[in-house]
Amino acid sequence: MSKQSVELEILRYDPERDEAPHFQSYTVPYREDWVVLDAVNYVKEELDRTLSYRWSCHMAVCGSCGMVVDGEPVLACHAFLRDYPDRIRIEPLHNFPVERDLVVVIDDFIDKLGSVKPYLVPKEEKDVEEGEYLQKPPELATFMQYTACINCLLCYSACPQYALDESFVGPAALALAHRYNLDSRDVGRGAREDVVASNPGVWQCSFVGACSEVCPKSVDPAAAIQQAKIAASGDYFLNLLTPWKRK
Amino acid sequence: MDSINTDVAIVGAGGAGLRAAIAVAEADPALKVALISKVYPMRSHTVAAEGGAAGVIKDNDSFDHHFHDTVAGGDWLCDQDAVELFIHDAPRQLTRIEHWGCPWSREPDGHVAVRAFGGMKVERTWYAADKTGFHLLHTLFQTSLKYPTIERFDEYYSTDLVVADGRCHGLTAIEMKSGQVRFFKARAVIIATGGAGRVFPFTTNGAIKTGDGMAMAYRAGVPLEDMEFVQYHPTGLPGTGILITEGSRGEGGILVNKDGYRYLQDYNLGPPDPWPRKKAMELGPRDRLSQAFWHEQQKGRTIGTDHGDVVHLDLRHLGEAKIDERLPMVRELAMSYVGVDPVQAPIPVRPVVHYTMGGIDTDINAATRLDGLYAAGECACVSINGANRLGSNSLTELLVFGARAGRFAAEYAAGQAVGAAPGVDALARAAEARVVDLFRRADGDENVVALRREMNEAMEDGAGIYRTEASLRSCTERMLEIRERYANVLLADRSNVFNTDLIEVLELGSMIDVAVAMASSALERKESRGSHQRLDYPDRDDDRYLRHSLAHYSPTGQPRIDYREVTITRSEPAVRVYGGAAE
Amino acid sequence: MSRRPYRREVSKTGWWLTHPRYIRYLLREVSCIFIGAYAVAVIVALWRLSQGRAAFDAYMASSHDTASFAFAVLAMLFALYHTYTWFQVTPKAMPLVFAGKRVPGAVIVLGHWAGFIVASAIFWFLMAG
Repeated sequence: MSKQSVELEILRYDPERDEAPHFQSYTVPYREDWVVLDAVNYVKEELDRTLSYRWSCHMAVCGSCGMVVDGEPVLACHAFLRDYPDRIRIEPLHNFPVERDLVVVIDDFIDKLGSVKPYLVPKEEKDVEEGEYLQKPPELATFMQYTACINCLLCYSACPQYALDESFVGPAALALAHRYNLDSRDVGRGAREDVVASNPGVWQCSFVGACSEVCPKSVDPAAAIQQAKIAASGDYFLNLLTPWKRK
Repeated sequence: MDSINTDVAIVGAGGAGLRAAIAVAEADPALKVALISKVYPMRSHTVAAEGGAAGVIKDNDSFDHHFHDTVAGGDWLCDQDAVELFIHDAPRQLTRIEHWGCPWSREPDGHVAVRAFGGMKVERTWYAADKTGFHLLHTLFQTSLKYPTIERFDEYYSTDLVVADGRCHGLTAIEMKSGQVRFFKARAVIIATGGAGRVFPFTTNGAIKTGDGMAMAYRAGVPLEDMEFVQYHPTGLPGTGILITEGSRGEGGILVNKDGYRYLQDYNLGPPDPWPRKKAMELGPRDRLSQAFWHEQQKGRTIGTDHGDVVHLDLRHLGEAKIDERLPMVRELAMSYVGVDPVQAPIPVRPVVHYTMGGIDTDINAATRLDGLYAAGECACVSINGANRLGSNSLTELLVFGARAGRFAAEYAAGQAVGAAPGVDALARAAEARVVDLFRRADGDENVVALRREMNEAMEDGAGIYRTEASLRSCTERMLEIRERYANVLLADRSNVFNTDLIEVLELGSMIDVAVAMASSALERKESRGSHQRLDYPDRDDDRYLRHSLAHYSPTGQPRIDYREVTITRSEPAVRVYGGAAE
Repeated sequence: MSRRPYRREVSKTGWWLTHPRYIRYLLREVSCIFIGAYAVAVIVALWRLSQGRAAFDAYMASSHDTASFAFAVLAMLFALYHTYTWFQVTPKAMPLVFAGKRVPGAVIVLGHWAGFIVASAIFWFLMAG
């Protein structure tokens, strides 16, 4: 018998009315091609105007709609109802304070993103009249994967290190630092060292790998961090042996 | 009411807003920039753009070609002095962002690669895989973090410009997490809020594309230019409207109807060569392709599905290797959202609203006629896109005019004395009252969702790909009626903390104003040009309408429409020729 | 101010029970205890060997009871699990490029298993001989 409807249990929280978050149930129609976001939009449009959440592109590229659905952090616009049972539990991303309903406070991530100097530090400045920096396809391929991060924060929601210790710089920020470190046009690894190669940086990662498992864009931040650890170790010993060459 | 003092306030942190912020910071590090956006910058809709950004760099190309392609593509409604400036600055801006780390796709020798795109005679579209907008946006956002003078105000919804004595003194915005309205006192304001695709029911545009900046400027007395020109992108997924990039046609994808026939050859776009010939068939301009779909639909040659009629975009002949290398996102989108693997089967597609050629009237320095107010990007109309935009000109436009807006706003701001004019605080409080009123309103029988749907329906029915006098008149009347009913909308969510019902109600207000301008402008333009097609006036009428329409806001609703001349420099209006005939 | 961001509690002791992948992670980490303990047993065996045939034989006889056998099996299972998880993640830490193309992770993993089997086979024959 084909499914007619689905029950959503959504974690609600209005700080002006609630002491603490609590679940509220809604029954929505089932559609074969609907994603969880469509179902949540149905709730807001037809059943409960007070439900707050973030969304925009509906094509898994803006990173707005990260939520925990049946215990797993997913993009609501990319989680198909057909892959879930009749009753689905929806909560905001873990490890971030809850602002309201499914909206979390991501200030900590924004700070960390800025702290890793996520911009190109070129060897020498170039005038636009001189044209582009040359970069061969294999060089581009080296870091391309790590450019794909949409900042959806599913990785922070999944990371138990971040859950237990908020000072951890975290998967997405470290993967982005690695992206620039690998870019053939960049010489900023030394400048990023203080944050990246620090204790709350890569060294807090114990390679659980949950981040890479949940990443919707196959960025593989766990890989980035392990590679960054190797690079940081190499830098450490190199500096030890050749202190006069310190970047 | 709290005030925030700044020098240049920028509304919108997408490609144009971020580029403008960086331009101000570089032009004058003494100026403070307040970058205000209703979403975090990386959520801006620039992120969804796929295909690429046009700029002349190859030896086989020339500025003349880019100029002529753009002007002809715009059906001669482009201001040619602006186009001249645009095409010359394009390669500089694209190179600049490469210097900032943008991962452009490359040729084997390490130079930036270019691909073919619709309506362009020569390959000149720079691309970063099939996620160019994503890479541009993230590169700009990450680069903006270098500049300490740029202060961001993320998740602030801007509501009104504060205007006194013919000058813009700043704006009011709601801090979404607290519900508090703040007055941003600024010496110059740049609007970069994007287009208004969400006025229509089927669109590639994300939820946030609600024309808020356009409406703000419009209500403040700045006319909206060329609002009748709305671009339908020929290949959106049925149901969701998700964009399938023109790049898929640039790589050789073909469009066929239910008989497997490449129907575009019937519409002066042929001959149907097996290889992608520039400016022909599937690489014709977007307005022509969307119009061809409409005709095929009338002839019953489209394919019916649960989500309406579609045609097929066939990529199978490209092979899996090429698809994975050049169009990986297209493959992923098709598999996820319509369950089709383009390596095995054709993708169902249909025209969906994609881009607003019209917008805030600006000159070539991104300045509006209101002192201190600038605009850039999709929300603005310079006009470089005229009656129809060529694919891949828009991302470049963000960089060229974003930079320009930043530069000229910085110059203007530096020349203004600090300290606002008297009376502006009262104006800001009045703007705040407009928001507070929604909370105070105890009764109201209109529902924001129902009104929004009615607006969508009215616009799709009356101001779609093909229009008539009757359809536009009916549409305009329906929209004015919806506008009246909007005054009775009831706010259901009364919380101050992250109240998205409030935001949707305000966004609907913006969309209604924009929709009325679109419908009214379309009604007055009694000709067909570019993406504005009328069954009752099927020809282009240069004698009467080689002009930009200007919609002036009126508190009663119906705008006053007048016109201004198009700037022609060296390309006199001619017949738009595509296909084999263009060789 | 009506904002009151709510921090949901994370159990310092029970966090790993909240998802199967955390349980798998903990098993992987805990495996080192068993491997370490078995290493100690091997070191003791070597030490006994250094004390002469009789001491060694006595030690070996004492470790032939059911409990010791069960411990040895458990240690081996954990060691294999550790080996499996370790090999799975090596491609992440060392991306290899050969002839301009990224070597697929599966190839690197299989290469490790092949090396493991060869080394084990050699060791086995040495022991059996």
